[in-house]
Amino acid sequence: MLSVTWLLIAVPLASFFVLMLAGRRADAWGHWLGVAASSATAIIGMGAFFEMLGRDAESRSESVHLFTWLSGGDLHVDAGLLVDQLSLTFVMLIAVVGTLIHVYSVAYMETDPNRRMFFAYLNLFIAAMMLLVLADSFLLLFVGWEGVGLASYLLIGFWNHKPEYATAANKAFVVNRIGDVGLIIAMGLMFAHFGSVSFADVLGGVDGASTAALTAIGLMLLVAATGKSAQFPLQSWLGDAMAGPTPVSALIHAATMVTAGVYLIVRAGAIYEAADDARVVVAIVGAITLILGAIIGSAKDDIKKALAASTMSQIGYMMLAAGLGPIGYVFAIFHLVTHGFFKAGMFLGAGSVMHGMSDQTDMRRYGALRTAMVTTWITFGLGWLAILGVPPFSGFWSKDKIIEAAFVGEGWQPWVFGFTALIGAGMTAFYMSRLFFMTFHGKARWTDEQHPHESPLMMTVPMMILAAGSAFLGLFLAVGNRFQHWLEPVTGAHGEQEPVLAVPVLTTLTLLLVAAGVALAYWMYWRNDVPTVAPPPSLMALAARNDMFQDSVNRAVFQIPGTHLTRTLVYADAALVDGAVNKQATGVAAFGEASRRFQSGKVRSYAMLMLLGFLVLASIIVVGG
Amino acid sequence: MISPILFWFVAFITVIPALALMFARKPVHIAMAVVLVMVGLAVSYVALKAPFLGVVQIVVYTGAVMMLFLFVLMLVGVDKRESLKETITGQRWIALALALGVGALLITVVSRLSFSVSEEPSEGTPTEVAYWLFGDYVLVVEVLGFLLITSAVGALALTHVPRLFPKRTQAEIQSARVAAGADPVNKAFPGVYARHNALDAPALDPDGNPIEDSVSRVLKVRHQAIDGSEFKDDNKARRRELGAKEDEA
Amino acid sequence: MSPVNFVYLASVLFAIGAATVLLRRNAIIAFMGVELMLNAANLTLVAFARMIGEINGQIMAFFVMVVAAAEVVVGLAIIIAVFRARQSISLDEPSELRG
Repeated sequence: MLSVTWLLIAVPLASFFVLMLAGRRADAWGHWLGVAASSATAIIGMGAFFEMLGRDAESRSESVHLFTWLSGGDLHVDAGLLVDQLSLTFVMLIAVVGTLIHVYSVAYMETDPNRRMFFAYLNLFIAAMMLLVLADSFLLLFVGWEGVGLASYLLIGFWNHKPEYATAANKAFVVNRIGDVGLIIAMGLMFAHFGSVSFADVLGGVDGASTAALTAIGLMLLVAATGKSAQFPLQSWLGDAMAGPTPVSALIHAATMVTAGVYLIVRAGAIYEAADDARVVVAIVGAITLILGAIIGSAKDDIKKALAASTMSQIGYMMLAAGLGPIGYVFAIFHLVTHGFFKAGMFLGAGSVMHGMSDQTDMRRYGALRTAMVTTWITFGLGWLAILGVPPFSGFWSKDKIIEAAFVGEGWQPWVFGFTALIGAGMTAFYMSRLFFMTFHGKARWTDEQHPHESPLMMTVPMMILAAGSAFLGLFLAVGNRFQHWLEPVTGAHGEQEPVLAVPVLTTLTLLLVAAGVALAYWMYWRNDVPTVAPPPSLMALAARNDMFQDSVNRAVFQIPGTHLTRTLVYADAALVDGAVNKQATGVAAFGEASRRFQSGKVRSYAMLMLLGFLVLASIIVVGG
Repeated sequence: MISPILFWFVAFITVIPALALMFARKPVHIAMAVVLVMVGLAVSYVALKAPFLGVVQIVVYTGAVMMLFLFVLMLVGVDKRESLKETITGQRWIALALALGVGALLITVVSRLSFSVSEEPSEGTPTEVAYWLFGDYVLVVEVLGFLLITSAVGALALTHVPRLFPKRTQAEIQSARVAAGADPVNKAFPGVYARHNALDAPALDPDGNPIEDSVSRVLKVRHQAIDGSEFKDDNKARRRELGAKEDEA
Repeated sequence: MSPVNFVYLASVLFAIGAATVLLRRNAIIAFMGVELMLNAANLTLVAFARMIGEINGQIMAFFVMVVAAAEVVVGLAIIIAVFRARQSISLDEPSELRG
């Protein structure tokens, strides 16, 4: 089974083509084909997983060579797949969560006439994401990277008859592109220093390269990761990406695509281990985004945008963990997996709420949905508890380990990173509780025509499966450190290091902060009435509502100067370049006009010019010797 | 080597008339001045031990070239008075400056020469010149022959004037004559008899009568024309004498 | 006196001939200036022949004379042809090649 892992990419891709080319004829059965393709991928993935489990730890990694791709001069790139523990972890996450969301979408998109194309794009996304995590070289990874960017664009702008949705898709694509430039430059640097872009050559040859080169490569890879994972400073697109249908938000912008940046950083772990400065920058970026997402999430009234801010913040946790070195890689991936389950579950829950509330997304218009949508309440609640990090649910096992790892080290780093993670945990508790209470508890603030009802089974069953994962997957993976041992051959072992604060102290502090956050949210949004219109904001709240003015900054710093620069260049091109050429032409013509005056037609003038010429030449010869 | 008096004499009779080229007004005066220059140059050639060349100078230049010039001047208009007013602005001063410049340049170049004058120069006698002309330079002489022929033919072609009227043909002359009343046929010749073929006897028409126009009018006026009757029957008598039968005479 | 003085004389004559070509409007007189320049060159050739002692300069001068004669023939023929067409031999009038 491991040798046919290329099917993981081929099957969804083939389904995409069939659905796209079949046209309207496939409208009746297209979605089932999409579900079938995703299910097949999940089955093949599980088969590969079990086969790999049967092997020893050392021999689990397998390289599958597909074909020679580029061969010219010094560059030789083979297309191949690297199937190891890290890639299979992602494969399982993508396939399982993806299939559940496919099933959910059958019901969610029931009334949409373009449902077939929706499933086509979903399959395209699955294929591209599989390629991304299975590739054995940075270049092939990049193909998958671009593919998921394309799928994301197509899916965010699925309802592009609304101009703002189309704009949101454009924004996502453009910001992603900026990150892509980082990846391209990194590949160029790799090619320059290692002569190759495959994982084996680059990661294996880290010892021979200079620190400066590795730092540069690491920073460029970080730029790429910030673009794809919506980290600071390229995070502005994630909130707008909520314009897409909710299953899209669940799959792409919670569980999988936005985690591709973390995958990249972890995969290139060898580079970051050798370039310490780049690694610290990764951690700093993660820490900043963590707090930023939390602040923004506390002020958003749109349920999807609040969840998007939460995603941003949680991926900040993962980045922070990845930036801590070998200690943190495992927990970054652990948290990534658990986050995939509970965040996707919560997004699907939000979709269910929206479905029941006639696509209303303003949380100020929710309230007291606990009794109207029981299943949704329970599944969403399990996800809420997981993200809070309440034991024994998943989030506790992954997030607490990150906080512990953040407190390991010397100098300023453990204190800064550790307390950031700690405070972030408290803030997470606050805004997620705020979201939960505003939606399901308190007094009903519905508008008159809304009759909330539970969603159909095809929507609730995936939610239930995800909720089960949110609840128990973390515990399952943490027992006996089995997840750590599973990933160790790839991420490298770390020595046992103690955090600067003792582990029990940290755990207690975390739980105290979480409880404080929940209590504050309870007081503000359950016990007290929630105003249906957003109250006048304080300065911080105003900034948070406006995504911390990142869009304004982007506009002022990049867009407007960029537009001016472009206009100046265009004008300069027309005036200088074209002008130079045109002026040359007119100059030559003017010179010709001036020279015409010598041609008087009179013989004696010509004779004079001849004599003059003779005199000049002879003088030059005589004087010049 | 060369007497200074001779040199200065030559200098005067060449430079002064040459200046006439620039300043004189009548073209014929100028032509005469140029002749004088040529003669002066011929003198200097002889002084420079090139007697053949000196004579050729006189013959060719003064005798042929300047005569050609004079002929053309006469064709063009010999009594024209040339205006010395200059039409092109600045031409006069620039021309003088350039000429002075050229002269100065040449004199400078020559003054920088270092040379030795040969004591035993070859004499440019005709024999000596001929020896070289038809020895080493015979090919050049042939080419010069071509050149002269070409220039002569070229001059002919350039000055050829096409006919103004078509040439009068003989047919036209004859028609004009007849239209004016002349006899289209020739007059009869004077009579030719057996014993008399002078111009004074008239010819006989088929009836045996004399034709008046066959004798020149001048003879008639001078009363030198005769009647041709005495010779009329001579043919028969003579033939009888010679033995022919009666009916055959 | 050395024959080089004749070369100076020839330079002067050359300059005068050049000035004549530039200054006179009558085509025939300008042509005479050209002839004067040719003769000046001849004088130079002969003078140098005398100085060097060889006769080659004289031969060259002879050839120059022949060529000058041929040139005069053709040049005057041209002047006559132009005169027939324009009834004028002024050098200033034909300016159809003005550009």
